[in-house]
Amino acid sequence: MDNQFPEPVATTKAQPAPIAAPVPGGSSAQGPLGWLGTNVGRILISIAIPLLAFYVLYQGFLFLRDTNAPKAVVAVIAIIWGVGGVALLYWVANWVVERMGGEVVSRVQPFVFVGPAIAILAWYLAIPALRTFQLSLMGPTGDTFVGLKNYADVFADRTMFTAFFNNILWIVFGASFCLILGLLVAVLADRSRYETAAKALIFMPMAISMVGASIIFRLIYAVNPNIGLLNAIYTGLTGAEPVAWTASAQLSPWNNLFLIAVMIWLQTGYCMVLFSAAIKGIPTDMLEAARVDGANEFQVFFRIMIPAIMGTIIAVGTTVIIFTLKIFDVVWVMTGGQFNTQVIATQYYREYFTAQNSGTGSAIAIVLLICVIPVMIYNLRGFSEREAF
Amino acid sequence: MATAAATQTRAGATTATTKKRKSPWGQIFVNGVLLLLVLVWIIPTVGLLVSSFRTRFDIQTSGWWTIFPHRDYVTVGEPFAVPDNAGDRNGVMSIAPPNDTGSVAKGTFEQFRDGVTTSDGKYRLVWIGNRRTGQIAIQQQQWISNTNFTLENYQQVLGTTTYEIKQPDGTVTTEQGTNFVNAFINSVIVTVPATVIPILIAAFAAYGFAWMRFPLRRWFFIVVIALLVVPLQTALVPILTDYVKLSLNGTFLGIWLAHTGFGLPLATYLLYSYISTLPRDILESAFIDGASHFTIFTQLILPLSVPALASFAIFQFLWTWNDYLVALIFIGAKPDVQVLTMRLADMVGTRGNDWHLLTAGAFVSMLLPLVVFFSLQRYFVRGLMAGSVKG
Repeated sequence: MDNQFPEPVATTKAQPAPIAAPVPGGSSAQGPLGWLGTNVGRILISIAIPLLAFYVLYQGFLFLRDTNAPKAVVAVIAIIWGVGGVALLYWVANWVVERMGGEVVSRVQPFVFVGPAIAILAWYLAIPALRTFQLSLMGPTGDTFVGLKNYADVFADRTMFTAFFNNILWIVFGASFCLILGLLVAVLADRSRYETAAKALIFMPMAISMVGASIIFRLIYAVNPNIGLLNAIYTGLTGAEPVAWTASAQLSPWNNLFLIAVMIWLQTGYCMVLFSAAIKGIPTDMLEAARVDGANEFQVFFRIMIPAIMGTIIAVGTTVIIFTLKIFDVVWVMTGGQFNTQVIATQYYREYFTAQNSGTGSAIAIVLLICVIPVMIYNLRGFSEREAF
Repeated sequence: MATAAATQTRAGATTATTKKRKSPWGQIFVNGVLLLLVLVWIIPTVGLLVSSFRTRFDIQTSGWWTIFPHRDYVTVGEPFAVPDNAGDRNGVMSIAPPNDTGSVAKGTFEQFRDGVTTSDGKYRLVWIGNRRTGQIAIQQQQWISNTNFTLENYQQVLGTTTYEIKQPDGTVTTEQGTNFVNAFINSVIVTVPATVIPILIAAFAAYGFAWMRFPLRRWFFIVVIALLVVPLQTALVPILTDYVKLSLNGTFLGIWLAHTGFGLPLATYLLYSYISTLPRDILESAFIDGASHFTIFTQLILPLSVPALASFAIFQFLWTWNDYLVALIFIGAKPDVQVLTMRLADMVGTRGNDWHLLTAGAFVSMLLPLVVFFSLQRYFVRGLMAGSVKG
């Protein structure tokens, strides 16, 4: 398919051909059902078909919930049911609307298209944010109003203070190393013959889960120098005793750096790919002109390349900072938030699910939300400037 | 002006070729630094992969890097009894191997127990056993590599049955397999619909936003953009409360919908920016031919949008496959619906030192995303370029 339509933007007026083919779908609805004649019959059908669809889907749901069938069979049925079910719902909803005919179609049909998305966004993101805010003003079990007490508790708590401090460490070291290394690789790869291979290998960790990456790095940080590469190198060079790089409160707060390294390993590829594309977008004559005028490579890099891709640097930096702010898996799997490595997201989990305090848990989540609001506003501004919506 | 333009085009045409071969020293420097970074980047994964094929005993006693040829002391010949002329066993002794009495090693019992190198550096002598009846083993430096690989770890990680494991000291222990196959299938069941459903819903919505007129259209889209960066954490607990009420907790439907909800803002945004740029005349002429919105969408827009759909699909696939937090919260209660990441994280907690299992398990969990990633990297990068942030 992709070969046929590599860049649909390019298929301009020259290609009206595919339009001749479409089957007139909705208008034929009355054809095969014409024998019903009466409106009553049509309404009955319009109700019966959706009901039947719902019934079939509900049976599928019950089957999947209670079945003892072999796992592979369940997998096939679940996938067909899930994917097919959604397609079926759209088809049925559209079918019903198109049967109504006339003015109704153009008024209601947009909501068949957009409605499910809006409903899901409302249920899963918009309303929960408000509900979490409400819970953050309530006591531990969510039934007494306590005002801003939870927020006061969150900011007065020592472990929470460490979590905030650690998150700042994550942002300062993690985000900046990702950006610097990403930029470095992008610039170097751009001048190397082995560009594709080098970029693919640095980019590869993007495919690895944070849980998987945590195991990879636990192996590297293992205390036993026969297992952990870092301790093997360290004891081999210094002759000192092996060190627990992450699981030791003595190293705190620097043990966080070893967790941050995992994130840098995972995310540098992302920065590199975007920077690489931005660098290739810089007009070559601009760089050549500077070189002809006698600028050395460092001047070209700092005076021309960096300013030229500043927009990309800011966008990528924002993304990485948001990612870093919400970091959870790495800390949770590697140290469980012990040894002073807790971050906001692990404290959130601890408060909610271990300490069962929905009030402070919600307050922490809202603090996270407040941290990203500037980005949200920036995105919205960008949108209203760009689009004539 | 004209000359400038001329040199510019010439520069534009030639730099692409000249840039890659500048001064040889520059190239060596660039490639050297690049090689160093790439090595640092792949060593962790290589370590995991190599370890996953080593036996349990090897992992515990020697680093994975010893598979590469290196010089190390290897025991040669049979151990010999400590000669009577060695000296006081509580003080400094001097011992020589019986076949080469010229090279002598001096040290206390404690030093000999760790191994003492002879004065000419040919042998290392190691005391085996206790102070009174111990023997001396002779070791010599040789080039060796520990290439004793096995598939046993994978069998044990994937299977459910118990395995008999022969320890190096001859005893036999039985261990329960960790049944990663089950978790792998669960991951597939969760991931495939959790990738396709949001794409379908988002594609419908993107078409609606781009080509249909309805009240509050602008406001709804602003909400989509605002939700792009909302952190998951604000949403988890209210949804969990709803799920418990609807008994959706621990069901596949529940987790599909959760991933759908969390992936939808990005999906809608990406697909909107693609679908809205499709040429208007195609749609208009289809309309004139009497096609309905539904027909245009399914017959025309979906096929045309395959590149954008693929980009997001890879994005969402990697995201759901690698997700841990959402699964932890919405599946947590039901062990036999557990996905790979949860099973792995559990194993870190319960069997954190069973490196033979952890490494094999981690690699099993990475296999599919790595294949998808390397085969469809082009689309993935394009999705990244459309650039955005996800909550």
